[in-house]
Amino acid sequence: MSTEVADVVEKKAEPLFSKKNKKLITNPLDIDNPITVQVLGICSALAVTTQMKPALVMAIALTVVTASSNVLISLMRNSIPSRIRIIVQLAVVSLWVILVDQILKAYVYDVWKQLSVFVGLIITNCIVMGRLEAYAMGNKPWPSLLDGLGNGFGYGMILLIVAFFRELLGSGAIFGFKVFDAVGLHYQGNGLLLLPAGACIIVGVVIWVQRSINGYRESH
Amino acid sequence: MENLINIGVRSIFIDNMIFAYFLGMCSFLAISKKVKTAFGLGVAVIFVLGVTVPINWLIQNYVLNEGALAWLGTDFKTIDLNFLQFIVFISVIAAVVQLTEMAVEKFSPALYGTLGIFLPLIAVNCAILGGALFMVGRPYDLAEASVFGVGSGIGWMLAIVALAGVREKMKYSNVPGPLRGLGITFILVGLMSLGFLSFLGFSL
Repeated sequence: MSTEVADVVEKKAEPLFSKKNKKLITNPLDIDNPITVQVLGICSALAVTTQMKPALVMAIALTVVTASSNVLISLMRNSIPSRIRIIVQLAVVSLWVILVDQILKAYVYDVWKQLSVFVGLIITNCIVMGRLEAYAMGNKPWPSLLDGLGNGFGYGMILLIVAFFRELLGSGAIFGFKVFDAVGLHYQGNGLLLLPAGACIIVGVVIWVQRSINGYRESH
Repeated sequence: MENLINIGVRSIFIDNMIFAYFLGMCSFLAISKKVKTAFGLGVAVIFVLGVTVPINWLIQNYVLNEGALAWLGTDFKTIDLNFLQFIVFISVIAAVVQLTEMAVEKFSPALYGTLGIFLPLIAVNCAILGGALFMVGRPYDLAEASVFGVGSGIGWMLAIVALAGVREKMKYSNVPGPLRGLGITFILVGLMSLGFLSFLGFSL
């Protein structure tokens, strides 16, 4: 019912970037962030963030996959039988992931090597599946595209923040550029931050900071 | 035999799915509030990993690899289907999960009651697909792949049950407001991961 109402409202020639549509992009950056609030897509967020470069490539790959699968599923939403929707969604997502994987392999081979299984694991990334289930199955292609992009950006933002601290403090560099050496300081990299443990603790602290700012609290 | 034990120990403790590779974190964080449900999900993961890794091994080695289709005749020797890997693996996993769910529902309603709700979740658990992809990247034979599958599952269960145990006790501690819930859980996982580092370099 609610979606029908939304459709009727939209028919009154809604501008492409109406207030509601802008929210689709901005909400995932803050109050509806896929990683720190919805707790989706954690695996890759922790695993690919030892350096900025793979984190950036991963963020772009995931944004492309989320946005394009959202559009495709949204176009097919009325013809997918609900009982087999999961497998249909998986098939659509794997189609895009295969394309992204082949492109990465062709143009940025060293990063592709570094990301190893995590490109393939975008298929089971909960952000993609979550957005398909929660948004694309009930909305038109254009808002779905924005929603996919927004969530990709939200994910990418956290990825880059975590990777920034891990690479800077872990190996004293940003995008492979030795910052401390460049300003003439000696910095002994903190190896702990390059380990899985460091990643978890940094994400924990990012969540702490974010919630201190926006006032969100969990009961337990 | 010694080799198999070694792979088992490695996959449970050293290359632990959670603490070394962060695979299956979403359900790991979402379902680890109670030890009982965590255990149920853990058992389901062991089972699904134990079944799908060997099946995917067979598919990889007899269908997808370059020249793997040679058993169909000499014409097929040059075919390389590796680009289909992801879609084939995920279909196998989804199919196995679906079949298991139907079989469990029919033959053991009691088990279905405890395991049933977790099974559909597992199809999109990255630990399962990750297990299959790691298996492809390492030179395992069928027996080794099966041990690796089961071992990774056991490691995953160990991790989720341990975390659930800690989280049950977290109720009694006074955590700063913004850190409560997700934040402190991440830090906990980080500390547990440090603990698991002590297994590093351990081999039989």
